[in-house]
Amino acid sequence: MANIKSVSKKTKAQAMGMHTEVLTGRTQQKFFNPDEAENFYYFGTHDVDFNKRTDLDVKDMTAAEANKEIDNLMSQGYGTIVIKNPQGKHSLGVGILNKLNLIFEGSLGYFGMGSCDGPIVRINGRVGWSCAENLMAGKVVIEKNAGSCFGAAIRGGDLICKGSVGARTGIDMKGGTIIIGGDAGAFTGFMMQRGRIIILGDVGINLGDSMYDGTIFVGGEIGSYGSDAVDADLTKSDQDWLKRKLKVAEIGENFDVSKMKKIVAGKKLWNYDNLEPTEKKGAI
Amino acid sequence: MCGIAGLIHRGKSSKVGHELQGMLQALKHRGEDSTGYALYGDTDGKNFIMRFKVGENVGEGSTSVAEDVSVYDERKKIVDSYLNEMGAKIIKEERILPYSLRYEIEYNKKDLLEFSQKIESIPGVEILSMGKSLEVIKDLGNAKMVCDRYNLDKLVGTHAIGHARMATESGVDIKSAHPFWGYPFSDVSVVHNGQLTNYWNNRRALENKGMRFMSECDSELIAVYLAEKMREGASLEEGMKESLTGLDGVFTYFVATKDSLGMAKDTMAAKPLVLYESDDLVAMGSEEIAIRSILPQEIDTYDPFDGEVKVWQI
Repeated sequence: MANIKSVSKKTKAQAMGMHTEVLTGRTQQKFFNPDEAENFYYFGTHDVDFNKRTDLDVKDMTAAEANKEIDNLMSQGYGTIVIKNPQGKHSLGVGILNKLNLIFEGSLGYFGMGSCDGPIVRINGRVGWSCAENLMAGKVVIEKNAGSCFGAAIRGGDLICKGSVGARTGIDMKGGTIIIGGDAGAFTGFMMQRGRIIILGDVGINLGDSMYDGTIFVGGEIGSYGSDAVDADLTKSDQDWLKRKLKVAEIGENFDVSKMKKIVAGKKLWNYDNLEPTEKKGAI
Repeated sequence: MCGIAGLIHRGKSSKVGHELQGMLQALKHRGEDSTGYALYGDTDGKNFIMRFKVGENVGEGSTSVAEDVSVYDERKKIVDSYLNEMGAKIIKEERILPYSLRYEIEYNKKDLLEFSQKIESIPGVEILSMGKSLEVIKDLGNAKMVCDRYNLDKLVGTHAIGHARMATESGVDIKSAHPFWGYPFSDVSVVHNGQLTNYWNNRRALENKGMRFMSECDSELIAVYLAEKMREGASLEEGMKESLTGLDGVFTYFVATKDSLGMAKDTMAAKPLVLYESDDLVAMGSEEIAIRSILPQEIDTYDPFDGEVKVWQI
């Protein structure tokens, strides 16, 4: 590999081996320019003021109507929105790609806060299955319990449940942090690829089954380890990070992190093909 | 995907037909091929209530073959004569639909196996439930349609379980609809959400022991499995705990008896269940919105964990 410090930005990605074939047809090569980072924004996002606050009663609304109204309020500059009477409805608050302070006064059903990027959310209730699935950034705090598949496939952000969560928490997660104040069900961290999961209570069977990478910290008892999940040494920096994270999460601030167990991937199941497509052709 | 719901009032009775209708209707997006109710009504406990069908609903997307009503009449006549032969006296008779009937009968023998076998030896006749409190009502359509059709709104009782079905592995017909009666046990019913992968192995083994299957719906296995365990002397809870290893696949199921309601969740926790528990009421369903239909105020609910079995008494 070329020395990436000595090449121009334009060719950095190629130098890192990310593009070894010239793409043709309708596909175009796009390169990220770090200098333009501040100009990146999602289409349809709004400039909101956190001090501009309003309530939204969704009792008689469908999820689609409620989500549309949240977007409408953001377009008017509201940066703090309090949702009243969510009453366990599914798919509330999905697809918010905006900075926003969102508060739910009640419980959500399935897929609440899915595919979000940026909002700070507090749910004063419980959430159903697949809460905050695909979260990319932001913070979601659940005051009560959560259902299964909590934080499935999240890529970033902090997802905090102060109660207990169901099975398959953090399944397929690719980044971010999940913090559980209570217990977690079976298959927690199933096939996780990156990121961290912290469970202060007990966890069910098959913890970290088939995990590729990432780290799981457990404060209580472990039902059983999943395939290729192994213990690792809890370092001083791990403990410092845990203390900081628990404090920020407003959860278990006085928890003795030195007694937590650290679980990582044994990497015995790894079988990656690290040949690039062009190299494959050469090998054939 | 199917939806299940159940509730049990402890220490009081309520309009469980109306409440369960609301819960199941909230779950209709999980399937509305058919809907079934197992209602435990307030009765004097003297007579048996037998819900049975002499044919299928052949409308509303049914996979059943149409039959003339005269065929139903003929089957009903044979049922009546068999009841007479067995010394069962019909106290009250209701023909709710041409194919669906409700009898209150005086019958003094405890063993319902011989009774049920005799009645079900009539082709096209199936006992949906037999009990002194239990009434299983199931038909095609969503919860409201079935509730209206059978006038269940006013039924008062202590507990109930129900099922909103999306037909996947067997036909759209009443015989494959839930709940399933725990044949031949009085007042036992089961609803299930999931798939059982060792259905045929278990079915063959149970049939060899003399147990009966009316459909090819995998969920029926749970009712038969539990009935067989209880026949061997196990308590309901013991049978349910054994089912966690005896049944393979993904499942959450509810089972109810005359005075109890139970739930079991498989060891992979692959099927959803949300539970609300207070001193005087337990309500549970595949989704929280089912519980919200009877408890709109903010409440504390939770998901039972993998391999969990719970039983509540009235």
